[in-house]
Amino acid sequence: MSRMDFDVAHLLAGTLVLISFIELYQDRLYALLNVYAGHALVLAASVAWQAFIRDAPHLYVTAAIALGFKAIIIPVALHRIIVRLGIHREIEKVVGVGPAMLAGMGLVALSMVVMLRVTPGADPLAREDLAFALSVVLLGLLMMVTRRNAVGQVVGFMSLENGLVLAATGAKGMPLVVEISVAFSILIAFIVIGIFLFRIRERFDTVDVGALDSFRGERR
Amino acid sequence: MTFNALPGVLLIPALAAALLAALPGYRLTARLNVAATVLTFLCALSVFFVRPRPGSYLLVDDLNGTFIVLTTFVSFTTAVFSASYIGHEIEIGRLTPLFVRFYHAMYQTLMFAMNLALIANNIGLMWVAIELATLTTVLMVGIYRTHEALEAAWKYFILGSVGIALALFGTILVYMAARPVIGEGVDAMVWSVLVKRANAFDPALLDLAFVFLLLGYGTKVGLAPLHAWLPDAHAEGPTPISAVLSGLLLNVALYALLRFKMLLAANAAALAPGPLMVTLGLLSLVFAAFMLYRRRDIKRLFAYSSIEHMGIITFAFGMGGPLANFAGLLHMTMHSLTKSAIFFAVGHVSQVKGTQRIADMGGLTETHPLLGWGLVLGVVAIAGLPPLGIFMSEFLVVSSTFARAPLLALVLVFGLVVGLAGLFLRLNSIAFGEPRGGTAKAQASYVPMFAHLTLVFAAGIYMPPALVAWFHNVAGLLG
Repeated sequence: MSRMDFDVAHLLAGTLVLISFIELYQDRLYALLNVYAGHALVLAASVAWQAFIRDAPHLYVTAAIALGFKAIIIPVALHRIIVRLGIHREIEKVVGVGPAMLAGMGLVALSMVVMLRVTPGADPLAREDLAFALSVVLLGLLMMVTRRNAVGQVVGFMSLENGLVLAATGAKGMPLVVEISVAFSILIAFIVIGIFLFRIRERFDTVDVGALDSFRGERR
Repeated sequence: MTFNALPGVLLIPALAAALLAALPGYRLTARLNVAATVLTFLCALSVFFVRPRPGSYLLVDDLNGTFIVLTTFVSFTTAVFSASYIGHEIEIGRLTPLFVRFYHAMYQTLMFAMNLALIANNIGLMWVAIELATLTTVLMVGIYRTHEALEAAWKYFILGSVGIALALFGTILVYMAARPVIGEGVDAMVWSVLVKRANAFDPALLDLAFVFLLLGYGTKVGLAPLHAWLPDAHAEGPTPISAVLSGLLLNVALYALLRFKMLLAANAAALAPGPLMVTLGLLSLVFAAFMLYRRRDIKRLFAYSSIEHMGIITFAFGMGGPLANFAGLLHMTMHSLTKSAIFFAVGHVSQVKGTQRIADMGGLTETHPLLGWGLVLGVVAIAGLPPLGIFMSEFLVVSSTFARAPLLALVLVFGLVVGLAGLFLRLNSIAFGEPRGGTAKAQASYVPMFAHLTLVFAAGIYMPPALVAWFHNVAGLLG
């Protein structure tokens, strides 16, 4: 593998982490969706690059799914849902931007320390891809816990899932990557349909998940 | 006999799901649903006779054979219960025929997913199957479309998705650990190959992988503190689904964990998975035992009891060794049978009383003697009183722990006693005292409930030597 191949792969994976940080401080739903589309776009580029330098044509399918489904269809669908439900206002956050960013930095540092320490034997590309992927996964989790809005949580979950696809494609020669990315796409499609079909807004007059807590069986 | 019927456990549910999605009329589809599960169960019995060679995707050994037979049996009895339960739900208009069609198709899809997860030899395939099982149960939990049902489904959805996402990361890490030893390609995800060569894997990567897998699949097992989805999902979905969730799906997730535990045990330098499982198991047990006291909803009560028992089972497998593994397997089997029997009773109870609130139901043994005493017997069994089967398995767990770690055994016994008292406190107000709530005649099918309870009772009195030998054999496999 040439130096150039490695650097580009590194750049794309690093950009993914960076965009996760940008998602972390968005406070409007539209902006969040646009940033997420960018996240998926970079993922598609990263997967396609892996397919190219490793000569693994099946990964192009995963890249195409990332591009078509995650970067275009899902953001557009969510955009329309937001318009239909009339919820394009600010996202309520559980913690402020500052603490969330600090926690995010801590998580990235944690994943670097953990992954780089346990994988000294693996090839450097896979190793750093995994470290970046774990960062994206943890940042996605952080996004889910800091958002109270259902759409915000779903975007957090989707970027978490992008991290998993990055990890799966980074693990050289891993079988079933395409199948797994298809399975995940089905899961996400279900979630997005779920927001709409379950009509969280109509049922609860809000997509603020915090309000759902009052429906616990305990307080009836 | 050389005919291999095992593919039937996958093919029949898949075909039945397609068929049931297309057919109208709930009476016919409910019967077809039962018929499909009977056939699946009969196919599953072939694991005792035929052992196909492990392939890259499917594997049958004594361990998953036990799980498959248990799963298909309980899914069959649950289908019988479900037929009468759904009939009542349609009568009172809680479900429309269209939703029932959907419900039956999802029921069979869930059976397919669970059986696939159990016989998968490929850790990637196993993950996909567990994801499918999660999706189908989410849809069924939300089927009533009330506030509570939607909240429960959403919560289950988000927590379950995060759980399986973490499990996938763990699966990728296992592949990373295997690749330098086994080489690229499908073989590096095939469990039977992995376990043979696990000794050469990088222990640090395996450790990290197991932590992710434990958190991921542990969420699906419902171990505290990852259990938050479980009580809601049990309480708000249709009761047959509560029975299947408690009795089967939790086991399937635990089975996935056990497979990875065996992988770690095969590597001398990797961390011992036991203490982690022991800690989570004890935590779940004690936590759930205390939570039993303030429950006001009957299905939530038994959902917490499921967390308690999954804690005991995880604890037993975490302790390891032939005796504790034996006890864990026995406890798992007994818990599946008893808990689904209890949910069969609870389903009919909440239908005749028209509520799930414990405060609004009382004197059940007076108004509906058969149902009431069935529930009492079930609770006596689940609380672990002699001479029923769960007493046997709990006694084995406790005694094997006392021999090896007396301090842990004290915590275990404490949790068990607290749980027992909590259950009886609630049972007292449900089953005895002044009759409260509806007195409508129950149109119940008692056969599944009493069949399960008879089995549990029989296992407490006398275990056939063949069964004991089989469990011993499986316990030996688990290491």
